[in-house]
Amino acid sequence: MTTELGMPSIGVRSGTAGVPRLADDAAKQTKKEFTSDQEVRWCPGCGDYAILAAVQGFLPELGLKRENTVFVSGIGCSSRFPYYLDTYGMHSIHGRAPAIATGLATSRPDLSVWVVTGDGDALSIGGNHLIHALRRNVNLTILLFNNQIYGLTKGQYSPTSEVGKVTKSTPMGSVDHPFNPVSLALGAEASFVARTTDTDRKHLTEILRAAAEHRGTSLVEIYQNCPIFNDGAFDLIKDRSEQEARIVHLADGQPVGVGPEGDRQLLVRGAGGSMEFVPQAAAQGRDVVVHDAGATDPTQAFALSRLDSPQMTHVPMGIFRSVTRPTYDDLVRAQVDAAIDTAGGRPTDADLDELIHGRDTWTVA
Amino acid sequence: MTQTQSSSKSVKRLDRVVIRFAGDSGDGMQLTGDRFTSETAALGNDLSTLPNFPAEIRAPQGTLPGVSSFQLHFADHDVLTPGDAPDVLVAMNPAALKANLRDLPRGATIIANTDEFSKRNLAKVGYDANPLDDGSLESWHVHPVALTSITVEALAAFDTLSRKDKERAKNMFALGLLSWMYHRPTTGTESFLEKKFGSKPDILAANLTALRAGLNYGETTEDFVVSYEIAPAKMAPGTYRNITGNAALALGLVTASHRAGIPLVLGSYPITPASDILHTLSGLKRYGVTTLQAEDEIAGIGAALGASFGGAIGVTTTSGPGVALKSETIGLGVSLELPLVIVDVQRGGPSTGLPTKTEQSDLLQAMFGRNGESPVPIIAPKSPADCFDAAIEAVRIATTYRTPVFLLSDGYLANGSEPWSIPAVAELPDLTVEFATEPNDTDDKGEPVFHPYLRDEKTLARPWAVPGTPGLEHRIGGIEKANITGNISYDPDNHDLMTRLRAAKVERIADTIGDLEVDDPSGEASVLVLGWGSTYGPIAAAARSVRNTGATVATAHLRHLNPFPANTGEVLRRYDTVLVPEMNMGQLAMLLRAKFLVDVHSFTQVRGLPFTTVELADAIVSLTAAAGDEIPAEPVPTDRGTA
Repeated sequence: MTTELGMPSIGVRSGTAGVPRLADDAAKQTKKEFTSDQEVRWCPGCGDYAILAAVQGFLPELGLKRENTVFVSGIGCSSRFPYYLDTYGMHSIHGRAPAIATGLATSRPDLSVWVVTGDGDALSIGGNHLIHALRRNVNLTILLFNNQIYGLTKGQYSPTSEVGKVTKSTPMGSVDHPFNPVSLALGAEASFVARTTDTDRKHLTEILRAAAEHRGTSLVEIYQNCPIFNDGAFDLIKDRSEQEARIVHLADGQPVGVGPEGDRQLLVRGAGGSMEFVPQAAAQGRDVVVHDAGATDPTQAFALSRLDSPQMTHVPMGIFRSVTRPTYDDLVRAQVDAAIDTAGGRPTDADLDELIHGRDTWTVA
Repeated sequence: MTQTQSSSKSVKRLDRVVIRFAGDSGDGMQLTGDRFTSETAALGNDLSTLPNFPAEIRAPQGTLPGVSSFQLHFADHDVLTPGDAPDVLVAMNPAALKANLRDLPRGATIIANTDEFSKRNLAKVGYDANPLDDGSLESWHVHPVALTSITVEALAAFDTLSRKDKERAKNMFALGLLSWMYHRPTTGTESFLEKKFGSKPDILAANLTALRAGLNYGETTEDFVVSYEIAPAKMAPGTYRNITGNAALALGLVTASHRAGIPLVLGSYPITPASDILHTLSGLKRYGVTTLQAEDEIAGIGAALGASFGGAIGVTTTSGPGVALKSETIGLGVSLELPLVIVDVQRGGPSTGLPTKTEQSDLLQAMFGRNGESPVPIIAPKSPADCFDAAIEAVRIATTYRTPVFLLSDGYLANGSEPWSIPAVAELPDLTVEFATEPNDTDDKGEPVFHPYLRDEKTLARPWAVPGTPGLEHRIGGIEKANITGNISYDPDNHDLMTRLRAAKVERIADTIGDLEVDDPSGEASVLVLGWGSTYGPIAAAARSVRNTGATVATAHLRHLNPFPANTGEVLRRYDTVLVPEMNMGQLAMLLRAKFLVDVHSFTQVRGLPFTTVELADAIVSLTAAAGDEIPAEPVPTDRGTA
């Protein structure tokens, strides 16, 4: 049996709607205010520093009261993140941050809740919680630092490491087939999925802005370099001479293309649902793929996510999908609120007395 | 026993009766038992019930594994257990007879549905001959009744119903017959049926007709010549209802949240026999209750802990296997020092074990089942209705001491029921929570700061500062924290200190829980029976039975298992012999021996069922004899009160 939920149409609301903001005339917040007094203890050269700086730099822009911002993390190098932000924070246990954040976000609509996780934390031990947070569409922003390696445990392969990778635990090369985090998220009914990199501060900040604005679970995959155990994993797309030919910048409403002006290639649909890049001139008259992040059907977004390959021939970057769907926490609260309203307000002692009496009592004089 | 005449049939007065309804798991025996219980409660008898059903939803029809039963003990005096042995067995098929006959004392009454005693059904359970005909039941009073066909006949006028629909009403016929036998009013059942089948008038009318036909059958048939009356019990003044442990626990949690002034957030994953708590709470949104059915046990407790961080009372409900999965998060809760209630409705283990049967074998899991030094307070209710008070106590400890708390119920308490004297909500403990709102310390420069691990001197609890509180922004986590500041610390002395502080905090709870009380009416007992959890009823009944023979025995019952009441060691040492009955292999006994160096006697059973009064009385008698007391007469195998 199903029932019509009878919920009011929620419409397009910001991911931060309901979170107390600074007064309009209040002094602007600074990056320093969001920086805690704790010494940052990542390895020198770690990509996490750049992400931390970008987040600390971005948070003041949201204009939210700092005390209403919460970062929840699991275990791993990335999960130390909350200690370095002067907001509320919880460094929890391996893989469980999305579950903990779900309980917090559902019971506290006045908080901006962020999850910081890594490829091992989110996709291995915490895979179940990640996919269920995405399908429920809890109002969370999940920053997934993907360095394709286990750093904190000193260099074992991760669920995003490529087949054949030689690590401490795979001396003859890994035989594990990796996950593509974007494909996984789209398959799990994610309403917002994006990818960016640690070293592109401008792009990272743009994506953070869109992710925070999105109401629902925003999954942001951030390619992050581990200089100790997997250095250079993303060099092909960080090298200025290479990146232009490899990075597919996803721009909503624009043809999907790669390469510099003059040597531009466009993505076109081929036979049997396939897609291929062809030179711009050859695209004339072909079915050119135009990016549509807001498409209800995730098929095209999924196809774009499959352009990835271990060789990084073509790497899409940007927002794959951003659609509006009711969030779990809004719906849960709406049911509780509706039940309270229907009953005529918050329960009194008398209401509780009535509840515990039930319908079938007898009295002994 | 007095005897009176009423119309053509005689009426006997009894002081107590134990009835067991048994049938296929699809026969509606739990519903029949529930209805008979409600009718009995309405009459003012004291009562106790014990449902017993298979883990399979519909085991193959007519087989022994598919037998479901419901036992009810009711009396004109206070009832402590669901009864050792039935006086009456209603057997809806051969399997129900075979599965229950061994519990039935000779002389007891059997009402058997003859329609189901076909060759095929008899063969299914290994009867070569029909026991109703072959004389093998001559030591019992057997009433063969063609329950199915009489029901179908009574419903002959219902053209729109299939034969199957008509047969399905046979449990109402049986209920009607038993209601006649024991003078139970059926008005409650009638209005219950009206609510249940209001939208299906045919089915409603058929059930009402079958119920009435059962009553009339008892009144008119010559097979039943006697009916029975059981006078109301003398109970303390008050308003009562009948309640199961799971229902009482759910209501206790909601009431505690109301008294604390903070919302209740339940994160849970379905598991037998705890799921009914999730079901009940999910229907109580009107009381500000949020329930999240999580993707797994770990997420259930994770969501609860997240909600606690946000200032709610986070609760997770589960059974033993679920606790195993939640262990790491409970450890996180110990480190974070946030309130959290973990309800473990214990069932038979290990592994999947006996999902629908009761056991007390998670005590040591609750006590020690985590990595590191990770103390968690434990409390256990003693009866179905006591689950209400235990839930309130669990919330009190969790919020006062900022700690995860284990509440150990079990399958017997969860599904069993008893009358409950309903308290007034306004008179329950005030659990008002005070969150931190201001800095609580000063830094080196004399500036006010907030230190999340600066403790209350009395309770050693740390402040509960929830997100949204300006100026108190802080980070907590599972890495060891520096005392006072809560910053990450790997300092050896700090870890030693924090470990001892967490342990001392839990020990401090003993300051607020009162002493262990001993029941020793003669004041001369040399044997103490010490129990915990659901063994309370059987122990009290057994002690009463032993005392009725003139022997002495003392009893005491532990509600708090960690920490123990402050006087526990002194009580244990006061007696020559201490007997600890448990539905496990001696887990409390192990704790007592380790902590108090007292050589307690362990009496254990893991049959998935509560102790019987007789078993426990025998165990007590053998010890009182060994302790040098006069050897008393055979104990009386009932739990009736002293005259």
